[in-house]
Amino acid sequence: MAQDYTPVPAAKENMGQPIARYEALQKVTGAKIYADDLPVPGRPAYAWMVTSGIAKGRITSIDDSAALAVPGVQMVMTHENRPPLGDAKTFSSGGLAITELAPLAGPEVHHDGQPVALIVADTFEAAREASFKLKIAYTEDTPTATFGSPGATQKNLKEVNPSFEPIRFNDAGAALAGSAHTIDSEYYTPIQHHNAIELFSTTAYWDGPRLVLHEPSQFVWGLKNAAAEQLQTDSETVRIKSPFVGGAFGSKAAMTHRTALAAMASKQLGRPVKLVAMRDQGFTHSGHRQETRQRVRLGCDASGKLTGYDHTQWEFTARTTPYSNGGLEKTAAMYDFKAVKSDNYVVQGDRNVPTFMRSPAEVPTVYALEAAMNELAAEAGIDPVEFRKMNDTRVDPVKGVPYTSRSLNQCLDAAAERFGWSRRNPQPRSMRQGEWLIGWGCSMAMYPTQMSPSTARVTLKRNGTASIEVAAHDVGTGCYTIAAQAAGERLGIDPTRISVQMGDSRLPPGPVSGGSISTASVTSAVANACDRLNERLGLPADATADQRRAAIAAMSMPELDATGSWFPAELDQKAVDALYEGGVRIVGGSTDKRAMYAFGAEMVEVRINERTREVRVPRIVGAFAAGHIMNPRTAHSQYLGGLIWGIGSALHESTEIDHKRARYTNDNIAEYLIPVNADIGEVDIIMVPEVDDEINVLGVKGIGELANVGTPAAITDAIWHATGIRIRDLPVRIEKLL
Amino acid sequence: MRPFHYDKPATATDAVTNFRPGAQYFAGGTTMVDLMKLDVMKPARLIDISGLEKGRYDFIKWSGKSLRIGALTPMTKLADDDKVRARVPMLSDALWLAASPQIRNMARIGGNVLQRTRCPYFRDTSYEQCNKRKPGSGCAALDGGVTRHHAVLGTSDKCIATYPGDFAQALVALDAVVEILGEDGPRSLRFADLHVLPEARPDRETTLAPSDLIIAFSIEDADFPRSKYLKIRDRESYAYALASTASALRMDGNTIADVRLGLGGVATTPWRAREAEAALRGGPATEAQFARAADIAFAGASTTDENAFKVELGKRTMVRSLLETARMEG
Ligand SMILES: Cc1cc2nc3c(=O)[nH]c(=O)nc-3n(C[C@H](O)[C@H](O)[C@H](O)COP(=O)(O)OP(=O)(O)OC[C@H]3O[C@@H](n4cnc5c(N)ncnc54)[C@H](O)[C@@H]3O)c2cc1C
Ligand code: SF4
Repeated sequence: MAQDYTPVPAAKENMGQPIARYEALQKVTGAKIYADDLPVPGRPAYAWMVTSGIAKGRITSIDDSAALAVPGVQMVMTHENRPPLGDAKTFSSGGLAITELAPLAGPEVHHDGQPVALIVADTFEAAREASFKLKIAYTEDTPTATFGSPGATQKNLKEVNPSFEPIRFNDAGAALAGSAHTIDSEYYTPIQHHNAIELFSTTAYWDGPRLVLHEPSQFVWGLKNAAAEQLQTDSETVRIKSPFVGGAFGSKAAMTHRTALAAMASKQLGRPVKLVAMRDQGFTHSGHRQETRQRVRLGCDASGKLTGYDHTQWEFTARTTPYSNGGLEKTAAMYDFKAVKSDNYVVQGDRNVPTFMRSPAEVPTVYALEAAMNELAAEAGIDPVEFRKMNDTRVDPVKGVPYTSRSLNQCLDAAAERFGWSRRNPQPRSMRQGEWLIGWGCSMAMYPTQMSPSTARVTLKRNGTASIEVAAHDVGTGCYTIAAQAAGERLGIDPTRISVQMGDSRLPPGPVSGGSISTASVTSAVANACDRLNERLGLPADATADQRRAAIAAMSMPELDATGSWFPAELDQKAVDALYEGGVRIVGGSTDKRAMYAFGAEMVEVRINERTREVRVPRIVGAFAAGHIMNPRTAHSQYLGGLIWGIGSALHESTEIDHKRARYTNDNIAEYLIPVNADIGEVDIIMVPEVDDEINVLGVKGIGELANVGTPAAITDAIWHATGIRIRDLPVRIEKLL
Repeated sequence: MRPFHYDKPATATDAVTNFRPGAQYFAGGTTMVDLMKLDVMKPARLIDISGLEKGRYDFIKWSGKSLRIGALTPMTKLADDDKVRARVPMLSDALWLAASPQIRNMARIGGNVLQRTRCPYFRDTSYEQCNKRKPGSGCAALDGGVTRHHAVLGTSDKCIATYPGDFAQALVALDAVVEILGEDGPRSLRFADLHVLPEARPDRETTLAPSDLIIAFSIEDADFPRSKYLKIRDRESYAYALASTASALRMDGNTIADVRLGLGGVATTPWRAREAEAALRGGPATEAQFARAADIAFAGASTTDENAFKVELGKRTMVRSLLETARMEG
């Protein structure tokens, strides 16, 4: 049965030490370490964001007299009186704004929950009370909610993203036509919201021309530049403080409306302003994982070798800003396909703009590919683990570039052994215990190794301690600890004697904390700074610990610092320079030089009540190989969280939408379901050792978004194995199994 | 939240006699404060009854087969009571399977039975249409809204909101009586008569006057060791029922001497399946009989595309609950 606690995983081959994360004690004791906890100069005012209750229409009148009459209310800002703002570019145009729509831009309403007014008062309660008294009248149009809704418009992704290329690799149609076995299936993945426990907060205050923003952020240098651009001020005068982030999963990467709203209000009132989007407002404030439809045609020959693979994705996105994840070039790299065709469309409606959410492209596309792989294996009568192994590849078949390392087969073997996969009876409905049907399923997990330029400053002190400064971000992953471990390995200093500062735009710029790039990118820059220090100390690369200690003790100055920088092989120094302007350059997956991916294998057991059909997951095994593991303890917790997330993604998570009104209806965490403890049985994690000398300085691959990829395909296959029913739209709900 | 007055009367009599229009009681506050934050409930005056007379209404008393429970007894305490668990497990189950530990610690059983629906259009005042919240405004759920969680039994063309609670299903099955202190003094009411069907006025949910204070629940015959509450939901804990059954059996050899059925998650009020009970009484405890009773229980169901599954799920839940109850020691 499940253990009461997770033992600290031991360091295996090619792994760092499993040290506890720096802030562990602070976190479990509730210390004030988050952006919204930071002190402000003077008495803050509190803002309440008023959001639209319709998804499409126009504000016809605003009456703020009663709201302004509430004692303590300082201002009501609407499109009628808000100060001018500059344009802010969205992510796809090289900026950081989540939407092309400016805050309080005008009377037009483009989506449910659009901010339409800001009320600021001496107390939160007064602002809230005034919100009930603010009268806003609208004329309402019929909105387009989702796929199939009237007014939905479809475009080829190429029309909105010129850099997108549909894949045409050999003749997939012909390959499929000549296959011994084929499947042709459609899948659906739902809207999901990040729902980090920490809400979206911004505190703004001005000190003359200088603006300070306390805002949980996955990219403080990006936010600093983007906020300056929108507020038409010099980026040198803007400072972002975000020491720790209380969960982000992608939702705190972009700049939302609240940043400028809080900053404008603070400027006007001459005092700090605190603004928090409430839980329900969070559903429309900072994006979501958009719903997708996927059609996969897949074939193999009589021996089980894959032939053609044809995949089309439709993503539902916003009319204002056609955000898309794409991702089919990555699924095309996964197996030894002989021919590949893929197409991607966006379908637009009257919705808020989607955004990155943990493994944005991989969750829907790999689910579809892996579900199709399981279906085809069953069709061909081949064990699904064996089927994947026999179609392994050393190169990305479409791009023809080699994998720097790839350990999928080792992961499959390790997971199968731990799980007892060989005892699986391939026949559906063949296993049961009393009235519980039992099924086993498997999937591949993968995540592209992505990297970004980074800088870092390391300071060495004669007393044998050191400090690291880098504007990277700890979104709950243990980034502070890992940066210290990277320097510790290089400098021969115990990491607990190395202090780390992150999450402040005054520090040397680090990468956006997204795409699982932080560990690879930050540790590479830290290592570079350490190498420079070692050079200045006259130490050879292979110096012993004693030599290092002696050199440090003999330093002529009390301290010595060096700023290091690093960029992946595909980029150049210009990409480092761009960091100072808040620019994002990420490379990874398959480039024109190499294919870089981390892999895993997941095996799961489900039990389904024969009568009432609830699905339980008593155990799941995940085996993962991701290059050098900096810290097996923090890695374990990423994998653990990822597998649980994957279970939730298969069985629980889904934002419900009112099709008539284009509004989310379960916008609270009582009804937006994520797994609770009772839903999770045994979670068994295996870290398969892997060495990758090529990929980056320390040979690390990102792991934060690996374990939750593929899990839904393993679970739906297990459900099929238990019941004989194939569910192709997520999440699996009881009614689909009745 | 809007400003409100806060009273903390010392006695139940004070609470009732000093009651003023616009006031509302609150016990644990887990429904009340939640809905005040959402601006759905807007009491001008809150009367805190949680500490009335130093716990005088926080009690669990047996006398023979009869059970009396004070209205201010916390959910956790009743759920955890050894004798209740042994003599009438259904009552304890229905509480354990509800909400979360934190909520169960705060919430009292008097407030519990008066919890409000989770219909999203009721809970969000930015929707214009909701007959329950704004009489006569229409029903957003029936007008093209999301209805997966809505009721299939006891609905009207004005409202199909589900009564979400679990505990009430056990009370209604056990023929509980509600003891009330009103402006005219104490009185009692069958629990089955506490809630009313939505019909034309879904804003009216109970037969209580605003100043009526629930003092206790009494169950004349609470001796049902062979009873249980089965709750089927989208996740294993901390979720409302999609369908649930409170079932109790008394056997006379192989013949069903007495049977009680309360159905949760599927109806607009706490729901007693009396006709199904009648069909079972005096017959054998077989799966075929249970299935026939389940068909009877859901014969009057009225569904939407999204919640039609609740009929099948409700039946299966009832059959499973009865089968499991029949297997219990009696
Ligand atoms: C996230 C969440 C999940 C939940 N999940 C479940 C679930 O799965 N199953 C379930 O059954 N419940 C669930 N609940 C509901 C919970 O059980 C109720 O909120 C709780 O029992 C109410 O009790 P209380 O004492 O807090 O009531 P209060 O909030 O204090 O009062 C509720 C109502 O009853 C009135 N009232 C209270 N006491 C009296 C009295 N003695 N006499 C007259 N009127 C009175 C109040 O005026 C108010 O209208 C959930 C609640 C939440 C917030
Ligand atoms: S079902 Fe009832 S509560 Fe829900 S919107 Fe309709 S009237 Fe309101």
